Amino acid sequence: MKKMMNNFSKGIIKENPIFVLVLGMCPALAVTTSAINAIGMGLATTFVLICSNILISLMKNLIPDKVRIPCYIIVIASFATICQLVMEAYTPELYGALGIFIPLIVVNCIILGRAEAFASKNNVLASFLDGFGMGLGFTMSLILIGSVRELLGTGEVLGYAILPEAYQSNPMLIAILAPGAFLTMGLLMGGINMLKGVK
Amino acid sequence: MDILSNIFVIAISAIFLNNVILTRFLGLCPYLGVSKKLDSALGMGMAVTFVITMASAITWVINMYLLGKFNMHYLQTVAFILTIASLVQFVELFIQKTVPALYRSLGVYLPLITTNCAVLGIAIININDNSSFIDSVLNGFFGGIGFTFVIILMAGLRERLDKAEVPAAMKGMPIALVTAGCMALAFLGLSGLSF
Repeated sequence: MKKMMNNFSKGIIKENPIFVLVLGMCPALAVTTSAINAIGMGLATTFVLICSNILISLMKNLIPDKVRIPCYIIVIASFATICQLVMEAYTPELYGALGIFIPLIVVNCIILGRAEAFASKNNVLASFLDGFGMGLGFTMSLILIGSVRELLGTGEVLGYAILPEAYQSNPMLIAILAPGAFLTMGLLMGGINMLKGVK
Repeated sequence: MDILSNIFVIAISAIFLNNVILTRFLGLCPYLGVSKKLDSALGMGMAVTFVITMASAITWVINMYLLGKFNMHYLQTVAFILTIASLVQFVELFIQKTVPALYRSLGVYLPLITTNCAVLGIAIININDNSSFIDSVLNGFFGGIGFTFVIILMAGLRERLDKAEVPAAMKGMPIALVTAGCMALAFLGLSGLSF
């Protein structure tokens, strides 16, 4: 039981995909201009991650070792396509905002990494928990970056005004532009290292 | 003259205005992972440029004459990633047999390119923009050049950063990201250029 919990919880803090493993940086920097985009991207990735982890752990004995990477990529690409079509149909606004980063979930290193490192060696339940935990850790990191950028760049978070109007009329626009993504991410990572008391 | 000016416009916009890494946020994993040494950065950049150019050409043809003909655009993601994965394998085998010297310098980077989102990203951007075949190939090539340019600059900076005194918490990845942010800021200054 404890081991199960560990499979789930390690992705959230101890092996957080963004801040500790530094995987899947492209969507983490590109779509985090606002908290709502971050939530959408995080949930889409979590969906693909959980589904591909389950399917790959079910098929792990059927897939020959030599062609396993192409097989994993096809499984992941199918779920990414499902996700893309569903989002295009039901959340067209979010789909427009996330743009090409929805099909690019296929090449997100976290998903292939978990398939190779975890799902291909463990049973279905453990793989599901691993995918869920990792996806949650990814989503939470994205929300953190997205909220900070939206707060600094517009003075609002999720559309709620946080900073006074004087700031909102003249915000630090750089935070939601491209350089702001790198700066916010780097400073947040440094801050987390400091909290952990690294060396 | 028209063709030449067209090439020039595509080159400037792909390298400086819409740089794959700093503006479009594609291919960040190799950018942060392989930019610690100058020569490995150069190798990675060359391998990526080569594969992006080939992939842009092939995915354009597949989209036009296979997916378009049978009305199967919903299979785009699956078809493209399969093409890129097999292309990378094929290029690896081909270079290994014909130019062993090149293989020794690029070999290690080739398998990594399958999951480089710049390759798939540029292929999809070309299709979304309805580019012609020539424009797609040029876009791919100059996108790759832009990638190489930025990753080499970054490698040079990071070799120096190793010797600089940085607060303990900022060492490694955080300071690399902040450096990248400053570079993106410089590139943002070029976005006023228009043709």
